[in-house]
Amino acid sequence: MTAMVEIRDVHKSFGAHEVLHGVDLTVPGGSVTVVLGPSGSGKSTLLRAINHLEKVDRGTITVDGELIGYRRVGDRLNELGERHILRQRARIGFVFQSFNLFPHLTALDNVAEAPVATGRRGRADARAYARTLLGRVGLADRADAYPRQLSGGQQQRVAIARALALDPALILFDEPTSALDPELVGEVLDVLRALAAAGTTMIVVTHEIGFAREVADTVVFLDAGRIVEQGPPEQVLDHPRHERTKAFLSKVLT
Amino acid sequence: MSLVSTPTPITPTPPATLTVVPARHPGRWIASAVVLVLAAQFAHGLATNPGWDWPTFTGYFFERSVLRALAVTLELTLAGAVLGFLGGVLLAAMRMSRSPILQALSWTYVWVFRSVPLIVQLLFWANLGYLYDTLQIGVPFGPGFHELSTARLVGPFGAALLGLALHEAAYAGEIVRAGLLSVDQGQLEAAAALGIPRPRQFRRIVLPQAMRAILPSAANELINLLKSTSVVYVLAIGELFYQVQVVYGRNGRVVPLLMVATVWYVLLTALLSILQFYVERRFARGALRTLPPTPVQRLRTALSRGAAR
Repeated sequence: MTAMVEIRDVHKSFGAHEVLHGVDLTVPGGSVTVVLGPSGSGKSTLLRAINHLEKVDRGTITVDGELIGYRRVGDRLNELGERHILRQRARIGFVFQSFNLFPHLTALDNVAEAPVATGRRGRADARAYARTLLGRVGLADRADAYPRQLSGGQQQRVAIARALALDPALILFDEPTSALDPELVGEVLDVLRALAAAGTTMIVVTHEIGFAREVADTVVFLDAGRIVEQGPPEQVLDHPRHERTKAFLSKVLT
Repeated sequence: MSLVSTPTPITPTPPATLTVVPARHPGRWIASAVVLVLAAQFAHGLATNPGWDWPTFTGYFFERSVLRALAVTLELTLAGAVLGFLGGVLLAAMRMSRSPILQALSWTYVWVFRSVPLIVQLLFWANLGYLYDTLQIGVPFGPGFHELSTARLVGPFGAALLGLALHEAAYAGEIVRAGLLSVDQGQLEAAAALGIPRPRQFRRIVLPQAMRAILPSAANELINLLKSTSVVYVLAIGELFYQVQVVYGRNGRVVPLLMVATVWYVLLTALLSILQFYVERRFARGALRTLPPTPVQRLRTALSRGAAR
């Protein structure tokens, strides 16, 4: 299952500070898009807007043609009710920088929670599927551990399994390796590589340039709330056209 | 003169011949001895001072009227705690809602009910009939359908329970709110991102984590409530403290009867503290890497270690 994401003229302010100044982006189904940019450039806000964790002030975001968070009535956008938004979010996986696993549930219950809660699967079925997913991220033997008993890399892999439990058409990754010790980054990126190979649509905010070069179909460079440059990795990473992209890459690559 | 002094050469001794001597703490020994002497003196007094009148104490400890009063105390505590905490959850939810009206209402309730002393409140509720002779069910400001006598609806026990529960709700509201605030915002985001419905987010994700912060204060409040039921004696309700007063009013043996009530309060508090330990342990799952052993487990390991020796 793959999804296409279309972002049109999205604006977002926090108070007087405008974080996104009209972002346009098309993500084809089944592709991997890596979003790069200095901190404060609006990467996370953009990603969070795609599943309506952040409300946008102007513009539209659609996933597979379905408007996220709003219903269009004439030329007005009416915000959807909570239940409707939750149903839309269930089709979009989200992986947080700080994992946000539920500390009082075991790894298995963390993964099985959403399918049960949304009525997608029965309890026994959800747990069996959760076991399969934990196996896919290489943690079949840690199913009964609580998050605090796992290393950072293991926790993030559980969080990825949790996001996969609803068979999302699209998965959003918000700096999935930034909170990890350097030697644990590899195991998480391996899982991301496998997902990309399986054809899941992915949008990844990251500072891992090597990963972007290897896996991304498109690299997007965001600066001060605007998309400065986008294209295939060899173009954006190796032959950046914009001064700010060059400046950023020279800092990250040294 | 050189600033660097030559280090005193250490005579090489084989490490095995050196004995480790722990530091001595004479102050600790003296303090312990003083405390032990004082405790022994107190215990001696308990046993020998005829004023304690232990035969009277034992005669009344399991006496029927006392046990019946104990049941009333437990009833008031239990019902007061359940109603109080239900009210508390409601108040906390209102305070954390986005409606400024609900927030203000919750804040005002907590302010008023924490300001008025419990004993004053109880007397107000007992005199409710003076303000409102009858209570009516119907349309606000409009016609009524059903009328009830206040005195019949709110008897002395009802007034006591109402006072305790409303008083308790104000404190419970703050305790519950503190617990909910202690849950990381990321937990709600993760639950929302997974499309988990709101009521289930609260029940399954937020509340179990909030419980860890709520429980110690809630247990404190419950024990407080147990003792606060003694204030209800002003409404002439036959709870524990009222009952022992009735008895010593008759036979004049004040101290032994106060001891009857005291020992019951102490025993019940001990029971609640034990309950608290196990409930807290239940909610600690996942928060600690390994749970601390229960006293029973600790005793068992100590015994098996002793047996192995």
